[in-house]
Amino acid sequence: MIRVFREAFSLLFSGDAEVYFLAFVTLRFATFSVLISAVFSVPIGLLLAFGAFPGRKPITVLISGAMAIPTVVIGLFVFSLFSRSGVFKQSTILFTPTAVILGQALFAAPVIVSLTVSGLSRIDHRFSETMFTLSFGHRRRYLYIVREGTDEIFHALLTSYGRVVGEVGISMMLGGNIRWYTRTLTTSIMLETGKGNFTRALALGIILLVIAVVINSALLLAAAYAGQDRYVRA
Amino acid sequence: MGKKLMRACLGAVSLRVFFLFIVFFAPASIFSQERIIKLATTTSTENTGLLDAIVPQFERLTGYQVNIIAVGTGKALKYGAAGDVDCVLVHSESAEIAFVSTGYGVDRKRVMYNDFVIVGSSDDIANIRSLRSASEAMGKIAAAGERIAGSTGNATVLFISRGDESGTHLKEMELWPQNVVFPRRGWYLDAGQGMAQVLIMSSELRAYTLTDRGTFLALQDRVSLNILVEADPRLFNPYSVIAVNPDLHSHVNYRGASEFIQWLTSPGGQELIGNFKVHGKQLFYPDAVGAE
Repeated sequence: MIRVFREAFSLLFSGDAEVYFLAFVTLRFATFSVLISAVFSVPIGLLLAFGAFPGRKPITVLISGAMAIPTVVIGLFVFSLFSRSGVFKQSTILFTPTAVILGQALFAAPVIVSLTVSGLSRIDHRFSETMFTLSFGHRRRYLYIVREGTDEIFHALLTSYGRVVGEVGISMMLGGNIRWYTRTLTTSIMLETGKGNFTRALALGIILLVIAVVINSALLLAAAYAGQDRYVRA
Repeated sequence: MGKKLMRACLGAVSLRVFFLFIVFFAPASIFSQERIIKLATTTSTENTGLLDAIVPQFERLTGYQVNIIAVGTGKALKYGAAGDVDCVLVHSESAEIAFVSTGYGVDRKRVMYNDFVIVGSSDDIANIRSLRSASEAMGKIAAAGERIAGSTGNATVLFISRGDESGTHLKEMELWPQNVVFPRRGWYLDAGQGMAQVLIMSSELRAYTLTDRGTFLALQDRVSLNILVEADPRLFNPYSVIAVNPDLHSHVNYRGASEFIQWLTSPGGQELIGNFKVHGKQLFYPDAVGAE
């Protein structure tokens, strides 16, 4: 076990170009997919938390349930859409970073939506109601809610980021694990295990762990400095 | 009061259900270790359905249960070397000989063979169709890949490699001409996946790849690829079965492995292999009888 850790750290600091590349690709995919997902997921979460329309509750429950969708199912779904025998026959995005990012964005969406909803519902409902009585417009109301719930939304994004960094089904199926292109830390771990190189696989696993933990804590700390984030201050 | 009682009852019931689940899903291996043979084999024997077709006969005949672990040849041999399996069925002559000579394996027997083919989409941009030499064909793919990467046309020449140290990957490495340079990004894609996945990728990307005929025939309906080069003697692909050395790992089921090897190489087992067909085509040719 000590040997594995030593190997992990020597891999991390040896300047092994491929390891840096794997880490870079992993982070690039996760960053883009979470940001893209946030563009539509956060507004949906806002609507579900403070909007008033029929079916709000069941939809919220359904989306929370969707957090359990396995990555391979999402992979399969996107694959069958863009395959040459699929819906978009002419597309050439399969086995490219675009396909992976698209899949991961779909994967992150239910996490972001339902964590945004549950985070924002902690905000006092009177806050929204007060603004209503002050006859604030919808747009202004949502703007203030977002300002009030920044921490919660940020936390939702971070959680989804952690899950996306660690997923393997989507990257494997839609990226194809192509070396120097779409191979990520997780698919690389699958491959090294497949080849029987358990030490290298474990070392890559440790690197993945370190990256995920370091980035998440760094972002949380940054948020704590910027505002008054309750997840760190407590 | 009633609520409390109900909660207590629910607790007791759920605990019981939980234990039931444990018993129900407990691996059978807890109960009958020596009736189980763990066989590590290559994806090609599993993906084609060969093992599903023949192993149940052996199980019915002997009462053994064969647990099949389908991985690449490299990993199958590593499992064997670590004593994690009892028996391996693989295809890479040089790796097998090394496995036996280092003492990890005993009783190596030839079982059957099939062959490799180079497949690609019908437009065949590198123009390798019906070349006699596999090496020459792969050289042409590399040359076309380099040439087209330099130009700005729409057409691309791609070759997808298994890249997973499987028997097929080792064969591919053997076949490339000496002077071929593999670019990091370009015509050569190192996918690091199983044969079926690589065939599907090749079909989607209209790429060339090297495959065993068995897996290709099994997937033929689902991929738009054609056999472009075949019948080069260097594409010959023999399979052997090897028992894990019981002197090295006393816990392995050597008796079961021996019985399995004996049955696989017996006239009965060989006939089943020869009769196994996918889409009416024979995939594997038995060659144990008469071989050493």
